[in-house]
Amino acid sequence: MQRRVIFDNRALPYLLLAPQVAVTLIFFIWPAAQALWQSVHLQDAFGLRSQFVGLENFQAVLSDPNYLETVKTTIVFSASVTVLSLASALGLAVMADSKIRAAAAYKTLLIWPYALAPAVAAVLWMFIFNPDIGILGRALNNLGYAWDYRLNDGQALTMVILAASWKQVSYNFIFFLAGLQAIPRSVLEAASIDGAGAVRRFWTITFPLLSPTTFFLLVVNIVYAFFETFGTIHALTHGGPGKATETLIFRVYQDGVVNHDLGGSSAQSVILMVIVIALTAIQFRFVERKVHYS
Amino acid sequence: MLTRRKLAVSTAAFALAAGFTGAAYAQQKTVVEFWHGLPQPLGGQLEQVVKGFNDSQDKVQVNPTFKGSYPETMQAAIAAFRAGNAPHVVQMFEVGTATMLSAGPAIKPVHQLMSETGSGFDAAAYIPAVRGYYSSKDGKMMALPFNSSTTITFYNKDAFQKAGLDPNKPPATWPEVADAARKLKAAGVTCPMTFSWPTWTQFEQVGALHDKPFASEANGFGGLNATLKINDPFFVKHLQTLIDLQKEGALRYGGRDNAADSLFPSGECAMIQASSGLRGRIIKEAKFSWSAAPLPYWPDAIASPKNSIIGGAAFWVMTSPKRTADEYKAVAAFFSYLARPEVDAKWHMDTGYVPVTLQGFELAKKEGFYEKNPGAEVPAEQLTRTATTENTMGLRLGNLPEIRNIIQEEMEKAFQGQQTAQQALDNAVKRGDTVLRNFERANKN
Repeated sequence: MQRRVIFDNRALPYLLLAPQVAVTLIFFIWPAAQALWQSVHLQDAFGLRSQFVGLENFQAVLSDPNYLETVKTTIVFSASVTVLSLASALGLAVMADSKIRAAAAYKTLLIWPYALAPAVAAVLWMFIFNPDIGILGRALNNLGYAWDYRLNDGQALTMVILAASWKQVSYNFIFFLAGLQAIPRSVLEAASIDGAGAVRRFWTITFPLLSPTTFFLLVVNIVYAFFETFGTIHALTHGGPGKATETLIFRVYQDGVVNHDLGGSSAQSVILMVIVIALTAIQFRFVERKVHYS
Repeated sequence: MLTRRKLAVSTAAFALAAGFTGAAYAQQKTVVEFWHGLPQPLGGQLEQVVKGFNDSQDKVQVNPTFKGSYPETMQAAIAAFRAGNAPHVVQMFEVGTATMLSAGPAIKPVHQLMSETGSGFDAAAYIPAVRGYYSSKDGKMMALPFNSSTTITFYNKDAFQKAGLDPNKPPATWPEVADAARKLKAAGVTCPMTFSWPTWTQFEQVGALHDKPFASEANGFGGLNATLKINDPFFVKHLQTLIDLQKEGALRYGGRDNAADSLFPSGECAMIQASSGLRGRIIKEAKFSWSAAPLPYWPDAIASPKNSIIGGAAFWVMTSPKRTADEYKAVAAFFSYLARPEVDAKWHMDTGYVPVTLQGFELAKKEGFYEKNPGAEVPAEQLTRTATTENTMGLRLGNLPEIRNIIQEEMEKAFQGQQTAQQALDNAVKRGDTVLRNFERANKN
C-alpha cells in the first residue's frame, strides 16, 4: 500500500490551527470589533445608557485642533525615535563587531537596558533629569542653564525622545550585531585587497547586506514608537507641559481610561489602527523594494 | 494496611469536619467586598480600621482590597459593574463624585441604605463642608465621607527667620504672600513658594474662599447644563499674579497633580499650598522647623474668607444583580462603625486627614492632639469656619478629572509665556465646556 504524505483527516489541520485562531479571535479580532462598535456609540462610564451616533465621534476627534497637534507631535516623536535608535544602534554594533578588547563586556552592557520595563527606565531618567531631584537636572540649573522640562516644550519633547530611543537601542543593537556577524568575511577581505577603505566597505558591502535587518527593524521601531512608548511618556511628563509630549496612543489612554470618553477614545483607536496598517503597507510596498535578500 | 485505612478515615473525618465548620462559618458571616485606592502606608492604616470593625463583631467580614490609585480603582469598579460583579463598597476620589452620581442604578445612596436598614444614621453629624460635597441637591447624603482633606499652606520657619520674616506670623493675604516670597528670594531662597494640585489649590479653593463660582448652576449641583466660570476677571487677575511671581523667580510651578509635594519637605521651597494630607510626609522627612497656616485670600475681593472645600475620597455603595438585603445590612453596620467619633478621630490623628464628623473633631480636641501638634487644627478650622454657600459646597461637574487636566495644560502654556492669563482661561473654559456638554449628552436619559 502506498503511504500518502497528505493527511486524509480533514479535521486535524483545523484542530491544530484552532489555538492560534482562538488567540487571534480573543485578543485581536474581538477587541478590534469592540473598538469599532464603541467608536460609533456614545456611552456613559457605567454602560447604562448607550446611543448610536454614527460618525460623530470621528468628526469630533478630527475637528479638534488639539488632535491635529497631537498628530504632529507623534510624527516628530516617532521619526526622531526611529532614526535616533536605529542610527546609534548601528554605530554601536559596527564598533562592537570589530576586533576590540573586552568586546563581550561591551555587548553585554549594551543589551542591558532592554531588560528594563519602560516605566522603570523612565523613572531612571527622571532621577537624572528632574530639575529638583535629578543629578544632571540640578547640575544644569546650577550652571545657569534654565532646565525645567515641566515648563519647556522643547526640553520635554527632547527628553522623552531620548529616553524612548535609549530604551530601544539595545533591541536594535542585538539584531544589527547578528546581521553584521552573518556577513561573509571573505567578501570584506576581498574588498580590502582591492583597496577599499573602511568607509567605502561599509557603504558598498556591509550596509546593503544589512538591509533585510534594517528593514525589519524599521517596521518594528515605528510600531514601538507608536504603541510602546506610552509608559515612558506617562512616567516622565504625563503628556505635558501643555500637550507638548502627548502622542496618539497616550491620548487614547487619557481619553478612554482617565476621562471615560469611550466613544472618542475608540474612534481614535480606529484611526490609529488605520494609520499603522497604512504605514506598514507603504513600507512593504515601497521600502521593501530597496531591500536586498541574498 | 491498617495504618493506611486509619489515615484515610481520619482524613475523611477531618475533611468533613472542616466542611461543616466552613459552612457554618459562611452562614454566620456576611462577606463585604471593599475596594480602596490608598497606597502604603495609608492603605495599611485603612486596613487596620477595617480590622477594627471585623474584630468588633462576629456577623460581618469586610475584605479590603487595594485596587491601585484612585482613577484605577474607579476604572476597576466600573469594569466590575459592567460585568455584573461590582464590589459592595468602593472608595472613590472626590472628583469622581459626579460620575458616580450619574451612575443612577449602579449605586445605592447612603441615606437610602441607612434608612432601609434602620441604622439610625445622622448625616448632620458630619462637618458641613464635607456633608455638602457628598449630598444631593436636596441635601441627602449620597456617599459616606471618610478620608477627606483640604488645602492649607505649609511654611518653613527657618527660611522665614533667614529672610527677616516673623516665623510665627505667616502671611494671611495674597499681597502678603507675594511680599514674603520676594523677601525670601532676596534672602537667597531659590524657591520661595510653590503649590500642588494646581487646579484644586488655585481655582477650586480660591473660588470657594472668595465665594466665586467655579461653574454655573451652583458649581454643577443644579444640573448637568453647567458651564465653567473661571475666565471671570477675578480668576484672570489671580492667575496673572501667579505668572508675574513666577517670572520674578518668587514662585515655582512644580508640575501637575502632586508633583510639587516633594519640594517642601526637601527644604527646596519655603512655602507650599498643598493637601493637608502632606503633613505626615513632612513630619517624616523635613529637617527644619515648619508650621501650617490657612490659605491666603484677596482682601479686595472678600473681607473674610469662606470655608475651603474638601478633597480626598468617600465610600460608595454599589449594586449588583445578585445582592441580598443581608449584604446591604452588613454594609450599613460597617458604615455605622466608621461614623463613630472615636474611629473618625483616631483616623484623623493617625493620618493627617481631617476629622469628618463634628464629634470626631471635638474628641481630637479633648484628647489634646492640637496642643501637642500645633497647626494640625488648621484644616478642620478652615473647613468649618463659615456656613457653606453654593460656591463653597464643592464641585459637581462631570468628568472633573479631565477638566482639571485641561486647566493644568492651559496654565502651563501661560507659565511658558505662550499665552496670557486671559487667553489661558478662555481656552480652558472653551475646552472644559466641551467636556461638560459631552458628559451631559452621554448621561441624559
